[in-house]
Amino acid sequence: MAHPVIQLKGVTRVYSPGSNQVWALRGINLEINRGEMVAIMGASGSGKSTLMHILGCLDRPSSGQYLFANQDVTRMTPDRLARVRNREIGFIFQSFNLLSHTPAWENVCLPMIYAGIPRPVMIRKAMAMLARVGLKGREEHLPNQLSGGQQQRVAIARALVNEPSIILADEPTGALDTRTSIEIMALLQQLHQEKGLTIVIVTHEPDIAAYCERLVRIRDGQIIEDRPVPEPRLAARELAALPVEED
Amino acid sequence: MDLYAALTVAWRGLLANKMRSILTMLGIIIGVAAVIIMISIGQGASAQVTSRIASMGSNLLMVMPAASFGAVRGAGGQVNSLTLDDARAIGELPLVQNVAPEARSQVTASFGSRTWTTTVNGTTAGLQAIKGWQMTAGAFFSNDDVDRAALVAVLGPTVVANLFPSGFNPIGASITLNNLQFTVIGVLPSQGGGFGGADQDDVIYIPITTAQRRFLGQGVVPNSVRMINVQAQDTTSLTAVQEEITSLLRQRHHLGANQDDDFRIQNMTAVLDTVAAATGSMTLLLAGIAAVSLLVGGIGIMNIMLVSVTERTREIGIRMAVGATRGAILTQFLVEAMILSLVGGLIGVAGGIIGSKVVAMLAKWPTVLNPMAILLAMGFAALVGIFFGYYPARKAANADPIEALRFE
Ligand SMILES: Nc1ncnc2c1ncn2[C@@H]1O[C@H](COP(=O)(O)OP(=O)(O)OP(=O)(O)O)[C@@H](O)[C@H]1O
Ligand SMILES: [Mg+2]
Repeated sequence: MAHPVIQLKGVTRVYSPGSNQVWALRGINLEINRGEMVAIMGASGSGKSTLMHILGCLDRPSSGQYLFANQDVTRMTPDRLARVRNREIGFIFQSFNLLSHTPAWENVCLPMIYAGIPRPVMIRKAMAMLARVGLKGREEHLPNQLSGGQQQRVAIARALVNEPSIILADEPTGALDTRTSIEIMALLQQLHQEKGLTIVIVTHEPDIAAYCERLVRIRDGQIIEDRPVPEPRLAARELAALPVEED
Repeated sequence: MDLYAALTVAWRGLLANKMRSILTMLGIIIGVAAVIIMISIGQGASAQVTSRIASMGSNLLMVMPAASFGAVRGAGGQVNSLTLDDARAIGELPLVQNVAPEARSQVTASFGSRTWTTTVNGTTAGLQAIKGWQMTAGAFFSNDDVDRAALVAVLGPTVVANLFPSGFNPIGASITLNNLQFTVIGVLPSQGGGFGGADQDDVIYIPITTAQRRFLGQGVVPNSVRMINVQAQDTTSLTAVQEEITSLLRQRHHLGANQDDDFRIQNMTAVLDTVAAATGSMTLLLAGIAAVSLLVGGIGIMNIMLVSVTERTREIGIRMAVGATRGAILTQFLVEAMILSLVGGLIGVAGGIIGSKVVAMLAKWPTVLNPMAILLAMGFAALVGIFFGYYPARKAANADPIEALRFE
């Protein structure tokens, strides 16, 4: 039996800068179950980021219903939404969005600060999570002392540290080269397989979408295609087959 | 998020931009230091003035002539309602310990070829006891000298310095005052400057009887005196003495029930109160000026915090995306502002304490450090921090998470 984490019913989002109106989303119906790994594709301006912001409780629909774990998000207070973002959702951005001048481990601590986790526990967990994403020994590095791929790993560690029920990634490989992109996808696939983590990834690139199990395509704020991916590619295997690049 | 976490977050935020934090604090540091220094200067002045007045004796009264309907005026327009006999009658009152009338005139003193123009003050022997003078040399004249209208003089240190060669012992010397020969029998201790810069040491005391006969013009009222110093037995009997003197003088001056007093009685406590009020308002004025600089420091905090909030919009967006509530953001920025103003306040207190000591040393002006003033300045600094930190903090907390994340 499927357990939907996310249920969208007729969700719209209208931006009204000045007098004109922009319909970024025009009636989205979408269900995502626990343990799925979904890719959302679409042209630039089709409304992917808008949809992700609504899924991530950073924004609210203009109309329609959004149930997160069977709870109506549209009726939640801002503080309740902040709590959902803190405990239930892990966000990964294209531009990493790490705090500058702040070491990697403290960036990972950020969600735990707002969860009220005692400091010793917090530090222990942050270190463990950084080791998990392959950044052992880089804990004290500042974001500008890390490569793009390493920064995204810090961001993934931050997204995972409060054990959320879903990871939302808006073009997580958009700023990375091909090899690093595959490495990040391998990490996400591993988390998905080992822990049954629910993951939603927005991407431009069909190659990245091919690592997911389900593909949702949107155009002009509407879903035009929603189908399973028959044989998802395995990033870890491809990585092993890749020739080692010379520096 | 508990207080400790809020403090760490705010502290890290301040450390991330040390120079800006320090410059922001500077306004508060200067403001708090200025308040403390100004108040300590004001209170130092007040303490000095008060102690000087108190040293004149708190059981003293001064009876002075006052204008009233029908009062007799002298040639200079001054009122001549008090006489030597009034002074003697006051001296008979039971609660009065000492009484000393004063009558003064300008004279030219000379010794050999040296001359010096000064004030000659006629009084009685009681003045020495009232002023508590320990003579530098010789003795004050006695009541016997007063009764005989003896030609003896007691000199203030300034007169001695100007009339005699240095090292010369003036006791027993013969000087002339307006061509009249006097024998010097004593030298007064130095009393320092009076109010308004008058030199209290530039004076010659002679028996009042001598003064009235030889120097004071033939006034309309014979035996008139300028004022009468009265020493009560103790401070508690001051009011009673004042009442006794009033009824005695009214009776002696034949004043009817519907006539005003032709004299007034001043006691040192009243003078003290007036001076205390004056120096108090001076302190308040100084503190007010300093408080304005503290206010300017507060506006500085608001200014920098506003810039900081705009600069850190993206940080605010990130924090909100990972679960910070509006309250948590508000707390963070408010705590940052408060740390700035409190740390700035503490440094300012240290600076103020050192500054007031330096002022005391360099300007030779006594300063009094008041713990209340320090607390006040600190409290005001904290208040300024909260007040001027609140608006920027609220601006940060009300940011839209998505727009904040997009901010470049
Ligand atoms: N804050 C806003 N105000 C007005 N219009 C907006 C705003 N945000 C997005 N839009 C509009 O909504 C539409 C969808 O934008 P969105 O960012 O969701 O697209 P996207 O699919 O993520 O594009 P991309 O692939 O380029 O990131 C666009 O037409 C965009 O101009
Ligand atoms: Mg987008």
